[in-house]
Amino acid sequence: MVKDMTIGSRLFNIVLIVILLGITLTCILPIWYTLALSLSSKAAAAGGLVWLWPVGFNLNSYRELLSDTQFFHSFWISVQRVAIGLVLNFFVVALMAYPLSRSTREFPQRNALMWILVFTMLFNGGLIPLYLTVKALGMINSIWALVLVAGATHGLVFNVILTVNFFRNLPKELEEAALVDGAGPWIMLTRVFIPLSVPVLATVSLFNIVMHWNEFLYGLIFMTREEFYPLQTYIQQLVVVFNPNILDEEQMKMMASLSNRTLNAAKVFIAMIPILAVYPFLQRYFIHGITLGSVKE
Amino acid sequence: MKSKGFVKHYVLMLLPGYAWVIVFCVIPMFGIAIAFQDFNPVRGILGSKWSGLDTFEYMFQLDDTKTIFVNTLFIACMKIVGNLIVPLTFALMLNELRITILKRSIQTIVYLPHFLSWVILGGIVLDLFSYTGPVNQLLALFGAEPAVFFAKAPLFPYLVVGSDIWKDFGFNTIIYLAAMTGINPALYEAHAIDGGGRIKALWHITLPGIRTTVALLAVLSLGNVLNAGFDQIFNLYNPLVYSTGDIIDTWVYRAGLLDLQYELATAVGLLKSVIGLILISISYVLAYRFTNYRIF
Repeated sequence: MVKDMTIGSRLFNIVLIVILLGITLTCILPIWYTLALSLSSKAAAAGGLVWLWPVGFNLNSYRELLSDTQFFHSFWISVQRVAIGLVLNFFVVALMAYPLSRSTREFPQRNALMWILVFTMLFNGGLIPLYLTVKALGMINSIWALVLVAGATHGLVFNVILTVNFFRNLPKELEEAALVDGAGPWIMLTRVFIPLSVPVLATVSLFNIVMHWNEFLYGLIFMTREEFYPLQTYIQQLVVVFNPNILDEEQMKMMASLSNRTLNAAKVFIAMIPILAVYPFLQRYFIHGITLGSVKE
Repeated sequence: MKSKGFVKHYVLMLLPGYAWVIVFCVIPMFGIAIAFQDFNPVRGILGSKWSGLDTFEYMFQLDDTKTIFVNTLFIACMKIVGNLIVPLTFALMLNELRITILKRSIQTIVYLPHFLSWVILGGIVLDLFSYTGPVNQLLALFGAEPAVFFAKAPLFPYLVVGSDIWKDFGFNTIIYLAAMTGINPALYEAHAIDGGGRIKALWHITLPGIRTTVALLAVLSLGNVLNAGFDQIFNLYNPLVYSTGDIIDTWVYRAGLLDLQYELATAVGLLKSVIGLILISISYVLAYRFTNYRIF
């Protein structure tokens, strides 16, 4: 590494660090602010007195949140959705990626099948036909609408492609050795490919967890009653739809004192916790995964 | 090769996945027929009367259609440019940072907003910019009158673009940083021996070194010209800013699922999908031609 410590270079470093830290703070402060707001008194929040430290510290908003049974019910629906979606996605992606990673010599239909998948990624029927399909399948108000529709339309094909590309870059020798030892396709997939593909399968799984946790639209259109809403949909309905911002300025001034900003902040913060919790684990894999998908030979 | 008899196992392996994709991605494609029908939900697609291109004629006469296409293009194009330039600049700056621990910490923090949903971030952003929120408090220090930012139509697209760039710039730097690690360090050493400064190294070594990556991302982003970001706008907008903030996807949601204008919403969605498909195909061809990029 080049080391030069001229005055110009030192100044350069200082300015650089200040700018970078300033930008970095903008990513963390809004979350910190939300936490501070949720811990403040209602009056302080409504009066706009809260900055980065709780004003009139209390846990009332969290106490109030405990009495909101729908919040926890929705939380549980989201947890179930993530769990089922994760297992399903893992098996289907691995199962699809293995045959599709074969050469056309081994699996002649491979290219045609791959293009069918890519086409579904590039073109879709749109919201209304999707809605009517799900309705015709009788999946309205069923958790399967959330698991299966989001699972298929949000990234399944992309995940398969990512995994296929990873499988294709694994050393051919391992495969040949397994073949010589008499391994069939199932043994090959479960004993050779899956163990070697932990980085990509972990990345794909984590993307899938985040997607299922964050998705709100399907909850909104496929669930007709609040009791079936996943958490993001429930919060979307509460915090965003009834946000005082939908009013004009006059009404807005009136509403500002009535709106329950501390409770909303508490809900938003609790809904963030699962992501904040898996984030350290996410870190390890996704950088590898994302560069895998974009920069390749 | 022993693997000849494997094909039937391959088919078996693909079965669940293809069934899944066909039911939820392929079958809905046939629902496009609704756009060419006088659709009756009770009778379904097979029982409804065909109406030819009536819906499309009606669509092109609507003022809404023009507005949502213009809004979508405007917001999406600004996002494309911003999402290329800001992460690139940030990655260049971060690459110059020689303190590894600080570099790692910054990277870890700036990725975070990418993983939070627009429901969560929408709640936070709306609160930050609300009448009594911190942004107004801050501006009040400089003597500005408080304002409801997200109720102002002329301002809305810029707030959308700004918050979108803010959410994803960290994540988007990953690819640039990865490309920068691929540059041969000997080039920098040679440059330093020749007496070149850091700014010059950045200009003559780093930037040319990642040119292909930048070009690739620019070309691929062409496919997103009609995607202005449903999740974000849906969670930030309100009737006061429909004139500048309503995009194709949000309009389709309202027209189709709230006003039950199935044919119209399907027709607009179809138009968007077709243009999108053409643009993505072009971008993939260009990406292959110039950077040898292939999807699989």
